Amino acid sequence: MENNANKRLLVVSPSPHVRDGDTTPKIMFSVVLALFPVIFASIYFFGLDALRILVISSVTAVAAEAACQSLRKKPVTIYDGSALVTGILLAFTLPPQIPSFAVVLGAIVAIVIGKQIFGGLGYNPFNPALVGRAFLSVSFANLMATWVSPFDAVTVATPLQLGSGVVPYAELFFGNIAGSLGETSALAILLGGVYLLYRGVLDYRICAGYLGTVFVLTLVLGHDPVYHLLAGSLLFGAIFMATDMVTSPVTPKGRWIFGIGAGLILVIIRLWAKAPEGVMYSILLMNMLTPLINRFTRPRIYGQGVKGNA
Amino acid sequence: MKLKTFRGGVHPLYAKELTSHKSIREMKAPSILVVPLQQHIGAPTKAVVKPGDEVLMGQVIGETDQPVSAKVHSPVSGKVIAIEPRPHISGRSVLSVVIENDEQDRWVKLDTHFDPIQLSREEILAKIFEAGIVGMGGAAFPTSVKLKPPGQAKIDFLIINGSECEPYLTADHRMMIESPDDVILGAKLLAKAVGASKIIIGVEDNKLDAIKVLEEKKGSDAISIVALDTKYPQGGEKQLIKALTGREVPSHGLPFQVGVIVHNIGTAIATVEATRDGRPLIGRVVTVTGSGVSEPDNLYVRIGTPIKDVIEACGGFNGEPGKVIIGGPMMGLAQFDLDAPIMKATGGVLVFTQDETVQYDPMPCIKCSRCVDVCPAYLLPLRLEKYGMYDLWDEAADYGAMDCIECGCCTYICPSKRHLLHWIRLAKNEIVSAQRRQNS
Ligand code: SF4
Ligand code: SF4
Repeated sequence: MENNANKRLLVVSPSPHVRDGDTTPKIMFSVVLALFPVIFASIYFFGLDALRILVISSVTAVAAEAACQSLRKKPVTIYDGSALVTGILLAFTLPPQIPSFAVVLGAIVAIVIGKQIFGGLGYNPFNPALVGRAFLSVSFANLMATWVSPFDAVTVATPLQLGSGVVPYAELFFGNIAGSLGETSALAILLGGVYLLYRGVLDYRICAGYLGTVFVLTLVLGHDPVYHLLAGSLLFGAIFMATDMVTSPVTPKGRWIFGIGAGLILVIIRLWAKAPEGVMYSILLMNMLTPLINRFTRPRIYGQGVKGNA
Repeated sequence: MKLKTFRGGVHPLYAKELTSHKSIREMKAPSILVVPLQQHIGAPTKAVVKPGDEVLMGQVIGETDQPVSAKVHSPVSGKVIAIEPRPHISGRSVLSVVIENDEQDRWVKLDTHFDPIQLSREEILAKIFEAGIVGMGGAAFPTSVKLKPPGQAKIDFLIINGSECEPYLTADHRMMIESPDDVILGAKLLAKAVGASKIIIGVEDNKLDAIKVLEEKKGSDAISIVALDTKYPQGGEKQLIKALTGREVPSHGLPFQVGVIVHNIGTAIATVEATRDGRPLIGRVVTVTGSGVSEPDNLYVRIGTPIKDVIEACGGFNGEPGKVIIGGPMMGLAQFDLDAPIMKATGGVLVFTQDETVQYDPMPCIKCSRCVDVCPAYLLPLRLEKYGMYDLWDEAADYGAMDCIECGCCTYICPSKRHLLHWIRLAKNEIVSAQRRQNS
């Protein structure tokens, strides 16, 4: 009887014995939630086309993830939300007139080439959505460079192509401009960004480094910095793409360097190469440098380099 | 007022309200006590009694002439019935003296002193040594050794750690409220023993009542009571020193190298009992808590009391227990054998119900860097984990595995529920044994 206590099966595991309530799936779904203002904005401005692209891209991405994992006889982890995030992010980088088959292809490439061949969640060096988008840019250059105005879908140039000063700030801010689905409304993007900051999912260093560098450099080089921040996909890229955890540095200093580096590359591409894809390439290039940045920005360990007096 | 603190750390659910208002209650000593001959870091003691011997309460039962060790005393009067390996909270069996309690509590002759602060430095040190006092916050390093830093180290700060940052535990909190005079006197005695001119008592700001009463009782400008931000691991020795003095202990070094010595609340009180009352360390305050215990409480428990008796003294289990932890939830040791006894450094017995006992399946690391942000040693836990998993010991050492204080913040915060500290510990063990092989 006394010994009953000892016959119980007690769990023995190493400390700590409690865990924080946040989980990786919760983080992924918080990103989805943060994308909702942008989803609404894109549907508002581009109507059913936006909805079509969003649905096709998300469904394909999730299906591609499930297919890859079943083929490799691995547990299917689509409920972690990461493939859904990739699908939505990819949709937001696409122009509203893009045909559905291209969206399907892009989403498959994003998941299969961008993520699964590296081993799935956490192992991919490049932002999968941007891999999909890069593939489409290279393969379907024409489709990817056809921009239409909101509401009436008339083919027009994007604000960046028009050059600074042509489109009023207010239009840029609220999103009544031509561009890819997600880049139009700065307001919607910022709403999502504020939520992610509050939720502790967004790293301010990358955003601030990226946006700050673009602002300062364009100002110094005699361009309109506000225009450069609001036009094109910079804001969307800075808040939702560059800050992708998997593909950005893990050290505090590294995150500043990542943001500043992306800003530098973007300004060079925009001002000299005149290419519209600056944001995508700036982030992909910095993704490539991430392992190196991690290696060279190891934090100083507590007590390292400190001399005692005995 | 900006509270003092360190960089990194986490805010787990503190759950201290279960016991923080409960006065310390003396638990009746059980009929059989199991006193391990090793309860401290350093050399085990050798039994100086034999089975069949009558012992008095406070009589020395284990000692050694090794330099780093602490004497062990009988917590009750009665008869030694066995000296044999017995279950121990480490999970191994440890040679222990098993004593049958005669329930008389007959003390050995005690050498009391009316005003212990009049004792000389050497006398204080000798009494601490005789009393077998060790660090009672968990590490169990012999106090008399800690008070004699090697060489000419000049100690200017004595810090008393009243932060009690482990969730659930309230033993130190209760001692500060119920025996503030002893905390202050103990701090003065320890400061005198080590030659420190300044005393800081650091208390987390979730114990404002303790801060207030200590402030009232301190009665000397050489003592400051400092409120600390409530954040785990505020009471980590190196974190506490950084928060209170701004000094950083050298990597692989010890606090005395920057002129600081840290002692725990329990140690301060034990020092008073040793010098004023002549009483050795034979009991301590233990918080028995968690939703798996019927009546959570703060108990004064004799050393050597089996865990199961302590839980019984708090109304027994509440439902089916899932996990029994010695210490707090962040650094405590999960137990499988409840015959293991309470020791000098045991501050808590925490029982989780089966529902609370969750086993986590790790997901892939998403490089969120939360583990990096919370690590109070400024390490890259995700890196160390990988190195530990793939047997890359040299890399682990290069990335500072030996600087890990095993606080568990990284594992706690990881959204992918990875067992980071587990792998880091493995790497540390491998690094230490490799060094040993090299040296021999
Ligand atoms: S907290 Fe977990 S998921 Fe995040 S970087 Fe560290 S190990 Fe990876
Ligand atoms: S690596 Fe060590 S010191 Fe850093 S958080 Fe993890 S357990 Fe604590």
